[in-house]
Amino acid sequence: MDTGIIVSGLLCGVLFGYVLENAGFGSGCKLQGQFQLRDWSVFKVMFPAVLVAAIGLEALRALGWVQPESLYIPTTALWPMLLGGGLVGAGMAVGGYCPGTSAVGFASGRIDALVFLVGLVAGTWVFALAFPGLEDFMSAGQGPDRQTLGDLLGVSNWVVLAALVAAAAGGFFFGGRMERAGPGPVTVDEALGGER
Amino acid sequence: MSDQHLGAYAAHSHAAPRPFWPPLAAGIALGLVLLATFIFTGHGLGATGFFTLAAAWVGMQAAPAATAANEYLSPMAGAGALSGSWITWQVVGVILGGFLAAATAGRFHVQVEGSRKYGAARRLVLALAGGMLAGFGARLATGCTSGLGLSGSATLAVAGFVFLGGFFAAGLLVSRLPLLRK
Repeated sequence: MDTGIIVSGLLCGVLFGYVLENAGFGSGCKLQGQFQLRDWSVFKVMFPAVLVAAIGLEALRALGWVQPESLYIPTTALWPMLLGGGLVGAGMAVGGYCPGTSAVGFASGRIDALVFLVGLVAGTWVFALAFPGLEDFMSAGQGPDRQTLGDLLGVSNWVVLAALVAAAAGGFFFGGRMERAGPGPVTVDEALGGER
Repeated sequence: MSDQHLGAYAAHSHAAPRPFWPPLAAGIALGLVLLATFIFTGHGLGATGFFTLAAAWVGMQAAPAATAANEYLSPMAGAGALSGSWITWQVVGVILGGFLAAATAGRFHVQVEGSRKYGAARRLVLALAGGMLAGFGARLATGCTSGLGLSGSATLAVAGFVFLGGFFAAGLLVSRLPLLRK
C-alpha cells in the first residue's frame, strides 16, 4: 500500500476535520440554521474559505509556482449538478448534514450523524441501481472542459475574485442583520443539546 | 480533600464547553487548509468519493454478485479500492481531526442532536432520509458540498457555483416544509 497516500490523506483530513468542528459544523442544528436564516455560519465560513483558496491559487499561478494544468478543475454538467446540488441541500435541510459534516458530527458523538452516514451509503446504492436510466442525464448541459467563471464571462479571474469579495461582504452584512433580527446563531450549549 | 478542592475538581472535569470559532476566522483557516491541500496534492478536499467506495465495499460483503454486476459500483469494488484511495484516508483524518477538536474543547457529547425539537425517533428517521437524499444527490452531481461546492468553487469552476446555487436554493425551500417544523 502507498504510504504517501495514507500520510497525505490523513494530514489533510485531520486539518479539515479540526477546522470544521471548531466552526461548529459537527452540529446538524447549526447547519440547518443557515437554511432557516437564523445562523449564517455556513455562508460566513464557506465563502471566505473559497476566496482565500481561490486568491491563493490565482496568485501562485501568476507567480508561476502552480501550473494551471496540474490543478483539478471539474467540468460542468449543468442539469445533474444543479439537481444533485439541490438534493444535497434538501438532504441537509431534512437530515442536518452534508457528507463531510456528517463525518464531523459522528466524530463529536452525534448518533443522528451516524444514521445520516448510513443513509448516504443507502442513497449511493439507490443511485447505483438507477444508474442505467440516469446515464444519459449525467451529461445534460455539459459545458466546455474545466470551464471557470472567468472563461464563461470572458473576463480575468481577478475581476471574478473582486466581484466575489464584494458579494461576500454583502452577504456578511445582510446575514449579520438577519442573525440579529432573529434568535441568532446556534450556540455551543444549544448544539450540545441544552437550552440556550 | 477539602470541599473547596472537590468543587474545583468538579468544575474542572465538567468544564464549560468552549465556544465555536468566529465564522470569519474559521473560514480563513478552512481556506488555508484547502489551499495547502491543492498545493500538496493538485486537488481539493472531499467526502463523497469515500462514500461511493464504501457503498461498493459494503456491497461486496453483503451481495457480491449483485455488486460485481452493477455497472456503476463494480469499477470501484475491486480488492484494495477502498484502502488504496487518498479520499478514504482523508475521511479517516476528518473523523480524527473532528474528534480531536471536540474532545479538547469539551464538546464531545454522545447525543441525538435535535431530539429536543423532533423527538429522538423522528429525528433519526429524518437523518436517514436526509442522508439518502444527499447520497443520491452527490452521485448525480458527481460531488458534494466539500468536493464541488468548496473545492470546485476555489478553482473558480462554473461547476462549483452551479452546485452551490442548487444547494442553497433547495435547502432554503425544503427547510420551510411543515414536515420540518416542531
